[in-house]
Amino acid sequence: MGIETEYGILAPGRPDQNPMVLSSQVVNAFATRPGSRVGRARWDYEDEAPLRDARGHDMSRAAAHPSQLTDVAASHGGAMPDLEDPATANVVLTNGARLYVDHAHPEYSSPEVTGPRAAVVWDKAGERVMQEAATRVGSTPGLGEVRLYKNNTDSKGASYGCHENYLVQRATPFADLVSGLVPFFVTRQVVTGAGRVSIGPDGSVPGYQISQRADFIEVEVGLETTLKRPIVNTRDEPHASADRYRRLHVILGDANLFETATFLKLGTTALVLDMVEAGTLPADLHLASPVRALHDISHDPTVQAKVRLADGREVTALDVQWAYLEAARAHTAEREPDDATAARETEEVLRRWEDVLTRLGRDPALCHRDVEWVAKLRLLDGFAAREGVTWGHPRLAAIDLQWADVRPDKGLYHRLVARGQVDRLVDDAEVARAVDEAPEDTRAWFRGQCLARYGSAVAAASWDSVIFDVPGRGALQRVPTPEPLRGTREHVGALLDASATARDLVDALTST
Amino acid sequence: MAGQEQQRQQRRSDEHEVDEVEVPTSTTDAPTASDVDDLLDEIDDVLETNSEEFVRGFVQKGGQ
Repeated sequence: MGIETEYGILAPGRPDQNPMVLSSQVVNAFATRPGSRVGRARWDYEDEAPLRDARGHDMSRAAAHPSQLTDVAASHGGAMPDLEDPATANVVLTNGARLYVDHAHPEYSSPEVTGPRAAVVWDKAGERVMQEAATRVGSTPGLGEVRLYKNNTDSKGASYGCHENYLVQRATPFADLVSGLVPFFVTRQVVTGAGRVSIGPDGSVPGYQISQRADFIEVEVGLETTLKRPIVNTRDEPHASADRYRRLHVILGDANLFETATFLKLGTTALVLDMVEAGTLPADLHLASPVRALHDISHDPTVQAKVRLADGREVTALDVQWAYLEAARAHTAEREPDDATAARETEEVLRRWEDVLTRLGRDPALCHRDVEWVAKLRLLDGFAAREGVTWGHPRLAAIDLQWADVRPDKGLYHRLVARGQVDRLVDDAEVARAVDEAPEDTRAWFRGQCLARYGSAVAAASWDSVIFDVPGRGALQRVPTPEPLRGTREHVGALLDASATARDLVDALTST
Repeated sequence: MAGQEQQRQQRRSDEHEVDEVEVPTSTTDAPTASDVDDLLDEIDDVLETNSEEFVRGFVQKGGQ
C-alpha cells in the first residue's frame, strides 16, 4: 500500500506565479539539497497505463482529457533532467518515494509499505520533504517564498487529491470490489475526514463539513480523476505483474495530518479489501444513492444524518461503519494471521476503529485528539465563540487553510501537536529516518538503496524498474521489479553489499 | 446519546454472542474551554493579518 499526496501551493504576494513552475522549484530544491543522492535519475514511464480501465477495456487516447495522459512527460528523452522544465521535475528519492509535479501541484508518492503504521511513517516523511523543500526554495537567490498546504481544496472550485493505493489480487472480480467498497467509502469519512469550512465545490454555502473531498465526488464508478471524480476509481495500472495483481487507486479520501486518521484510513480499507477477496462482507449494505449519501454525511458534523439503503432502511454512517467493523472482527477471528507483527497491527486497527466509533456515537467532541475533523471543528467553534463570528467569516476560512500549512511554526495542526493535544502513533526520529531510508520489506528498499548506493549510475527508475547506465555496456540496463514483495532487504541485501559499484550489481544480475 | 450507545452495545452482543460487553473507554477527556483558549491566545501569531485577502488569494489549479 502507499499514499500519494498533492500539496496546495501558494506564492504569497505573487498571485501571477505559474503554479507548475513553483511546484518544479519545490521538487528541484529537494532533489538538489546538499548531500542529495537523487542524482540525475528520471522517471521511467515504460509501464504506465493510465487509461487502462479495470472493467476490462482501455479508453482511447483521443477520448481522454489531456490531464489523464499521465504517462508522458512534456519532453521525453535525454538522460539529464532539465531543471527549468516543470514537466521533468520528477525524481525518485532514496526512501523509495516519487517526488514530482502533478498538474499544478508538487506531489509526494510514498514508497510501498506493508502495513498502516509504516504508511503513517512514510506519509509523515513526505510532510518533512515538503517542509524542507519549501524552506530551500525560500532561501534560494532569485526565487521567492513558497508555502505548501496539506489539504484538498481552495473552496473556489478546485480540488487536488490524496490517493491511496492497495494491491489486490487480480482474480477478485472488480464488481465485487465496487459493491463491497462503496458503502464503506461513503461512510468512513466520519473517522478519517480532515474537516472543511464551507459547503459546495465553490464554497458558496457557509458552514462546516466532515470531508475536504466529498463535494468533489460526482459519480459512483469511473476512470477519471480530474473531472467527474468517482467513489471507486477504475484506473487499472498495477505497477506490478498485471496477471496477478491490480492496484486499487482510491481517490475520494482527504489528505490527513492526524496520524490516527491515516492509520485507520489505510488499516480499515485494507481489512475491507481482505474481506472482499475472502467473500466475508455483509451483503445488505448497498446504498440507494451513494454520491448523495457521501455529501449528506459530510454535511452533518453531528454524525446523525440518515442515508437510505437500497432495501429501504435508513441508517447513519456509524451504523454502516459498525457493520463493517463487526464483519472485520469475525473475519479476523477466523483467519490465521501472516505473522505476529501483522496480527498485532490488525488488532490495533480494530481496537482504535471501535474506540473511535464508540466515542463518535456518544459525542463527537470526545474525539478531538484523534479525529481530525473534530479537532479542527473544536478550534473553529472556540474561535467563533470568542470573536462572535459565524460561518462565512473569512477568519474561519483562514483557520481552515492555516490548519494545513506544513510549516511547524505556522501550521495550526503543528501548534496543536506541540501543545500535546493530538494523539501520535509514530515518533519523530522514526519519521526523520524515513525521509532518507526506504521500508525494508518491499521492493522500495531495492529502489531506494540503488539510489543511495549507486545514484550517479541510475538513469531512471519507477515503481517497477530501476535503469542503470554503467560503463562497459552500450545500452541502458533495465532491472524490472514487478513483484512488490521482492527486492526487500532480506531478499537483496547481501547482493547489494557484495556489489561495490552499479556495474558489479548489473554484472551479478545479468550473469544469473 | 448514552441511551443510544447502550442499545448499540446490546445489539452487538446479541448478534455475535460476544461474552464481554466491554464499553471501550475513551483515552480522552471531554474538551475543556481552557484547552482551546491556549491555542486561540496564539492564533494571531499564525493567521495572516488580512484574513480576507489571504483567503481570497488562496487560488489553486485543480489536480487529480
